[in-house]
This record gives sequence, C-alpha cells and structure tokens, in this order.
Amino acid sequence: MSTTTARGVAKSPAAEGTPPVPRRRGVRGRTLNFWLFTGPFLTGLVIFVYVPIGWSAYLSFFDARYTVTPSEFIGFDNYTYMLTNDKFVESLVTFTVFAALVVPVTWALSLGLALLVNRIRFMQAFFRSVFFLPTAVSFVAASLIWKMSVFSGVRFGLANTVLGWFGVENIAWLADPNPPWYWLVIVTVRLWLQSGFYMILFLAALQNIPPELYEAAAIDGAKPGWQTFRYVTLPQLRATSTAVILLLLVAAYQAFDEFFNLLAKTTWGRPPLVELYYTALGENQDYGAGSAGAMILTLLICVVTLLQGRLMGFGRGEETK
Amino acid sequence: MSAMRNTNWDRRTVLRAAMGLAAAGGLAACGSNNGRGGGSGSGTSLTQYFHAYGEAGTEQAVKRYAKAYDKADVSTQWITGSNFESKLFSALLTDNAPDVFEFHPQIQLVKSGQVADLTDIIEPVKDDFNQADIASHTIDGKIWGVRMIDDPQFFYYRKSMLEDAGIEPPTTLDELVEAAAKLTTSKVKGVFLGNSVTPVMNPLIWSTGADTLDDKNQIAYHTDAVADGLGKLRTMFKEGHLLLDAPADWWDPSAITQGLVAIQWCGMWAMPVIEKALGDDVGIIPFPASGPGGKQAVTNGGWSMFVNAKSKHLDEAKEYVKWLWIDQKEYQEDWALSYGFHIPPRTSLAESADKLKTGLAAEGVKLFNEFGHFDNPAWTQAMIVALEGVVADAVRKGGSAEAALDKADRTVNRELKKLFG
Repeated sequence: MSTTTARGVAKSPAAEGTPPVPRRRGVRGRTLNFWLFTGPFLTGLVIFVYVPIGWSAYLSFFDARYTVTPSEFIGFDNYTYMLTNDKFVESLVTFTVFAALVVPVTWALSLGLALLVNRIRFMQAFFRSVFFLPTAVSFVAASLIWKMSVFSGVRFGLANTVLGWFGVENIAWLADPNPPWYWLVIVTVRLWLQSGFYMILFLAALQNIPPELYEAAAIDGAKPGWQTFRYVTLPQLRATSTAVILLLLVAAYQAFDEFFNLLAKTTWGRPPLVELYYTALGENQDYGAGSAGAMILTLLICVVTLLQGRLMGFGRGEETK
Repeated sequence: MSAMRNTNWDRRTVLRAAMGLAAAGGLAACGSNNGRGGGSGSGTSLTQYFHAYGEAGTEQAVKRYAKAYDKADVSTQWITGSNFESKLFSALLTDNAPDVFEFHPQIQLVKSGQVADLTDIIEPVKDDFNQADIASHTIDGKIWGVRMIDDPQFFYYRKSMLEDAGIEPPTTLDELVEAAAKLTTSKVKGVFLGNSVTPVMNPLIWSTGADTLDDKNQIAYHTDAVADGLGKLRTMFKEGHLLLDAPADWWDPSAITQGLVAIQWCGMWAMPVIEKALGDDVGIIPFPASGPGGKQAVTNGGWSMFVNAKSKHLDEAKEYVKWLWIDQKEYQEDWALSYGFHIPPRTSLAESADKLKTGLAAEGVKLFNEFGHFDNPAWTQAMIVALEGVVADAVRKGGSAEAALDKADRTVNRELKKLFG
C-alpha cells in the first residue's frame, strides 16, 4: 500500500544484480502472453462495460418501455424528454451541491489526517490502519449504520443522544427536508468511508518529499508550521492533490448507494444515477429514456474531466511542476 | 519479488496452467449452479420470487413447501431490501426471470403480457375464495393471480398511554391530530405513520369518502377533503408529534413494542408479536374518518402468486401454483396463521381459522370486513409512486397540497391514457 516498499524494492541491489531472464520464445510467444495476461481483463471490460454502453446508446433511440429489445425507433425523443425533464435537471443540481460539499471536505480531512499520521513517531502503522479501515466497509452497510444507529430519529440514536445532553430536541435527520439535515448524513458517511483511502495517497506523497527541501527552507528562514506547509509541503503535493480531487469527483458522480438507501420515497436529494435508476428500473421501466439520460451523463463526465485535466494539468507529467 | 527472480521455474507455464484451471473451474461452476438440488425431481427447475417477510420462520416455510413438491425442483429467491418491485420488474425482462412470483394485482402486468392467465386453475374453486379477492384479480374476464393472504392494515394503540393522557381512541382525523399532540412526551412520540408517511396515503383518501380511481378509471383522489387531510398530516409532522426515522419502519412492530410511540400504523401480520410484547395493553382502530362525509378506512393489502407468461416451463409453473396455493390447504393455513397473522382468502380456511376467532385477531377480521378497501388492479405502481411524491412534497417538504396533487395528476393521467386510451 505505501510507496516506501516500492522504492525499497526498486533500489535493492538484489534486483539490479539478477541476470536477465533468457528469452526462449519469439514474437509469437510474447504476443500470446500479452493476450493471456490482458485477455481476462479485456474480456471483462468488453462484456461488462463496452457492450452495455453500446446497448445503452442503441436503446436511447428507441421507445423501450418494459423491454430491452425494442423495435420502435424514435430518434432523439428520449433525449428531448430527459433534457426537458425537471427531475433529471434537478438531479444534476443535486449532484453539484453534493460535489461542492463532499470534494473539498474530504480533500481537507484526508490531507489533515495524512499530516497528523506522518508527524507522529509512535504507533504510526496502527493509526494508518485505523483510518484506512473504513474503506473496506461497503457503502450500503455504512448507510444502514448511519441511518439506523448514528442518525436515527429516535431518542436513542447516537446523534440525538449527544444533542440530548445539551437539551436539544430530537431531530428527524432524514425524514424532514427542512432544514436539509440529510446532507449532513450523506456527506459524513462518505467522508468516513473515503478519507482513509485518500489519506494513504497523501501520506505516500508526503513521504516522497525530499527532506532536503525542508532543510533548505529552514536555512532560508521559513518558520516551521504554516509557512513551511504553505510554501513547501502544499506545492509538493500538487500532483497528488489534483489526482485526489479528480478521483473524488469521479466517485461523487458515481454516488448511488447512500442516496438510494438513506432517502427513500422522496422527491429531493436524487443525484443523476439514482434518478436514472428510478427512470429505467422503477415503476415505469423506461429503458429508452434512462439510457438517453445515461448518455447525456457520460458526455457531461467526459467534458468535465477533460476540462479539469486542462485546468489542473493532470496527466501532463513532471514538466508542469 | 526476489523469490520469483531466483527460481528456475518457467512461471509462464505455471501461470498458464493456473489460468486454464481457473477458467475450467469457472465453467464447471456455471454448469452446476443451476439450482438443482440433485437427485430428486423430474428435472424441471422452477424459480420463485418472494419479498422478505419479516416474521420469523417464513423463509424456511416457503422453502419447506417448495421442497415437498415432487414434480419439479423449485428454488426460492428471498428478496431482501425495500425495492422488491424494481428487482422483480427488471428480472421479468431477462432470461433469468422467475417462473413464479408473488406481487399485487396490477393491470400493467397483464397489459404488457408479463403474467399468465390462471383462470383454468382457479375457476373450479372460485366460490371458495373471498369474492373481493377474485374481483381484484379479474381483468378482462380472466383471473390472473392466486391470492395467498389478505393483510388488513390499521392502527395499533397503547391503551394505557391513551388512558393516562385521558383520551379515547380517535375516530376522526382531527381527533388523531389532537391525540398525537397530547400523547407526545420527551420519551414517546404520538403517532407512527411510517418513516416516509406514505403508508397512510390511500387510507387518507378513503377516509374522506373519496377513492383512488372511480368506476370509469378516472382520477378520484383529487378532492378538497384529501388536500385538507394532507394538511392535517403536515401539522402532525411539523409539530414533531410523529415518530420519524425509526430504525425499523412501519411494517415492523418494534416502534410500538419498544414504547417509542403510542399509536402505530401497521398490519395484522404483526399482531402475534405485538400481543406477546404488550399483552392486553393494545387495541386496534381503523384510519379515522376525515372531513364531512368521511368514513373510517382499513387497507386490505396482501400478496398473490403469479406465473410469468414468458416462463420456459409455463405449464409446470402453473401446475406448481395450483398444487401449493389451490390444493395444499394445510400449507395455505400454515402460511396464513403460523408466523404472522394473515386472513386466508379461502373462505373455508378463514372459517376454520380458530386463531382469528377470538380477541384482537377477531377485531382485526371485523375491521377487514367492515372498513377494508381491496386492491384496485387499475391502480398501478407508477400511480402509487406518484402519490408517494404527493406525501413527500405536501407532508414532508411542506409544499402546497394542491400543487402536489396537480403534479401527481399529470403522471396518473399519462399512465391512465396509456392503459385505457
């Protein structure tokens, strides 16, 4: 998991000293091996990703209600329907609110945790593991814990118990959208699940910063603490930060489980995937409109990702630093 | 790393062999994972879908009945989670669709050719069924499903709590609003209408004297009295007199048995558990009348067996449904009375069901007969969801009830137009 191991291996004299493996096979053998190793993955990719995307694109031009093998071609009607559909447009707004909340908060928290864990000199491995562990929990399970014990509306729910000590009345965190406490529930569950993983990424990056830089900064008179962090650490984490933000955005786009499990039978708080789920697999089973929505969403994600790459320089390599 | 470098093994060969094995293993697994127990049965495999019943022992019971059938191997999918409909609906489009499944009678299943005509197996025993159940399963003169259980839904209330607050069981919606306020303390909430408040939408409509649809399949729920009733639900919601975000939802009796609430909307299925937990300290009442011309109401829900019209083993599936839900009265009785309480739709069974003849259960049967509203097959899932949106907008979000009903009208009318032209 940590980069220190990888670096250790790369530099180990044993690896450098090993004689090269003799090549016994020709080009054909190598091609075969290439397919052998990539084959299973590629097959999975084609069957579970590309074929469904292609099928979805096909469905989006048909009137496909209660069927996935439609016959009535209707051109761009599904696209018009989805783009003029308030619910779909609202779902994009919901997503924007969600991303605006969850991305910066997770970024800040995981960076903060990484700095703390990087600093401590004892039980580092323990804290690293403890913060990373929630990553292994499924979103569904975590949502249920959040819903039924942490943020349950009854007096013995964890959050309500704590508030009760200060004389605050029980709050219906999820049922009542005024004020929208449900955002607190949704953002905290994702925060708990994700920040450990991004902490590890930041930790790896922190450990990659050459100590000479800090020494030079100290000699130049940089004060330890904020100044060093602002002018040495943060610029050195630029590439990792960009990657983390990109990953967080992608994950936010894919958000489904917690919304689906926490907000039942509402008309609010539905990000695009949940809205599309209800369109395609809900009571209407309108696979055509659902697919059109999925296509629009895919296009949007592509555009946003490309724009972000352009703005933040992700993937341009070292020379941008 | 270094171990791999130092060895003289031809690791490509090893990997290739390993992958070959894995692939073969995978194929073998596909071959054997066909739901057949092996040995018994004539070779036909049937799959049945059930939503996860909450009562202990139900899953084992369903599997036990299936195992006793010797003409086919019946495997059971016990679908947990709150979205049985979507799982069922999407499965019905695929090759892995269940041959037999439970659901409620809804006309779109018939119109889209998803359920098979079961008239021939029900016709001979038609007179032994509750006629309201036969009616709700009859579309275009054919009977499409076999009712397994009837489930009246009503309010349970804690007698002691009402006595302490000095109130009588409410008979009008205004009284319920008042009772909710009086019964709410720092420890106990007044009323539990479900976390989403949607379970009482239909009873609310009926309690004003209106209905979901009229005889001509036109919207009948959009009245001033219903809008008014929604406003009253909103009052209880806003004032904090409703139990919300409970760990177990309305269909589970935990809220009332754990003393979280004084009055809870639930079903007759929970009666044995509630009586065991609370003893005599519980009574039942229908949804109170609301507005002028209102009448108390009870939801007569329930579950029925359907056969997938596209099943590869259509005849065998029908045969199985006939065997279990028409012929095997012993199992039908066990299913209705041994776990939760349900009213058997078979008149002969209902008459001999001693467990339903005394005490609270007898009162439940009385409410079922006197105030119950059965399924209307023309009221489809899309329409149900549309009214759930009304509750979300008008009761939970606090928007205008009229606007929410207008919004639902558009969805329902589009649906009605599709179904009836």
